[in-house]
Amino acid sequence: MGKDHYVIKQYTRKSNPWQDKPNFLNHLSIELTERCNNDCIHCCINLHEDDVEAKKKELSTDQIKKVFSEAASMGCLKVTVTGGEPLLRNDFAELYLFARKLGLKVLLFTNATLINHDLVELFKQIPPLVEIEVTVYGMEKDSYEGVTRKKGSFEQAWRGIQLLQENKIPFVVKSVALPHNRKDLTRFKKWAAGIPWMAGQEPESYKYFGLRLRRDNFKKNALIQELRARPEEIAEESVRTKETYHKALKQFSSAFFKPTADKLFSCHGGLNGGCVDAYGNFQLCILLRHPDTVYDLKQGSLREGYETYLPRIRKIKATNPAYLNRCGACFLSNICQQCPGMSWIEHGDLDTPVDYICAITHTQARYLGIIGDTEKAWEVCDWEARISKFENQIKVNPVDIHNGSTQCRRDK
Amino acid sequence: MAIEIDLNRVYMPSEDVVARVIENEIIIVPLVSGIGDMEDEIYTLNETGRSIWEKLDGKKKLKDVVSELASEFDSPLQKIEKDVIGFVQEVIKRKMLVGK
Ligand code: SF4
Ligand code: SF4
Repeated sequence: MGKDHYVIKQYTRKSNPWQDKPNFLNHLSIELTERCNNDCIHCCINLHEDDVEAKKKELSTDQIKKVFSEAASMGCLKVTVTGGEPLLRNDFAELYLFARKLGLKVLLFTNATLINHDLVELFKQIPPLVEIEVTVYGMEKDSYEGVTRKKGSFEQAWRGIQLLQENKIPFVVKSVALPHNRKDLTRFKKWAAGIPWMAGQEPESYKYFGLRLRRDNFKKNALIQELRARPEEIAEESVRTKETYHKALKQFSSAFFKPTADKLFSCHGGLNGGCVDAYGNFQLCILLRHPDTVYDLKQGSLREGYETYLPRIRKIKATNPAYLNRCGACFLSNICQQCPGMSWIEHGDLDTPVDYICAITHTQARYLGIIGDTEKAWEVCDWEARISKFENQIKVNPVDIHNGSTQCRRDK
Repeated sequence: MAIEIDLNRVYMPSEDVVARVIENEIIIVPLVSGIGDMEDEIYTLNETGRSIWEKLDGKKKLKDVVSELASEFDSPLQKIEKDVIGFVQEVIKRKMLVGK
């Protein structure tokens, strides 16, 4: 009998061995609060840290523990704890310990401003088993606080980060690309490259900002829209990583490029996990908060929400003619970020196409040479020929693909 | 060096790990630091390991675990004892089990 024969190490970082079992809950994300001690200019969720109404409505400690227990009983291995700023809750340590004692890994999303000695001690003794994710809004006080609009947040956040570093608590960093911190980008990347747990990965720097998830602040939405990168800038990003982008697309192109008719949910939302908001609503994904698509955990169980309710939501079909005529007929739909969640935050329904998303996808498809400058993807009828040509090309040459293209004349 | 195992002793799962059952498998998740050689590992047990682990309830002596297993499995007592000792040595080494 060989040594170390009875115990088998399982690497569950990317996937886990049980994830394809029916009704297995692979992952759960929970927002402990929508409140935050920052007031980031691009933020889609934050409420004031002292918002009394929000605080009153939040799940209690016991209610959150119940969610964790249910998740563990359904096979969940990892919970993402997010917000708002989750460390604002003064029961955070208690909840964290509770989750870890259930055998859950805890992925914490934080702005790091509230990381203190006590928390660091806790993480040292009882590690989260997955790196903490810290969003860094800038490398200088003016850029950082230009984003967070909170005096002193720069010093607080960097003190938190320093505590993590000094105590060797595994963490990774990400950022948001805003005009305020553009000048810091190179420095940020250089600094991030020195964080051991980044393992050579370039940090993510989000450019696309979602509107308010609760559709609660139209003035802020206007600001967020102004801050978003232009579709061309997002496509330029793809150019930068051209080889990887092509490789990835080619691998799944024949299977993925096809119109999806009235199918609304082409994503994986609710298939092996779900999200719980701060008030106990169970959602398919972080975006989709349409009241007709969320399940109230205060009135039911996570199991019922996951096994019965979410599958029902996933079956909802598109009915909006604008969607059926465009996205329903569009061969790019499976590479496009258009989804019911996006429609909800932009339009308040499930199936109105989001023009910004549409423009991004069209720009990317143009770059790949799959469509011409003025073509609309939903009007292209020889898409199958284009895709097989695209797949066969080693290097994309847009001119080749555009030549001889035909457009469908659709009856509107 | 192999850890000395006493068949007259009671062994039980360490409080430094959490043992869970997922899809009929025993999953051992580190609770405190220093259990795995990397911070994000979890562990499962093979079939033999699982049968033994399930009997380590903090009440039975190891020799009773051996005889219980012998009555359940069609395998020579010596082989079962060897497995039990091998398993206990390994999980003690990995800080998943402690002697009472
Ligand atoms: S720190 Fe995060 S949650 Fe808080 S305002 Fe900024 S983006 Fe929103
Ligand atoms: S590219 Fe436009 S039409 Fe096509 S799926 Fe996306 S949003 Fe709909």
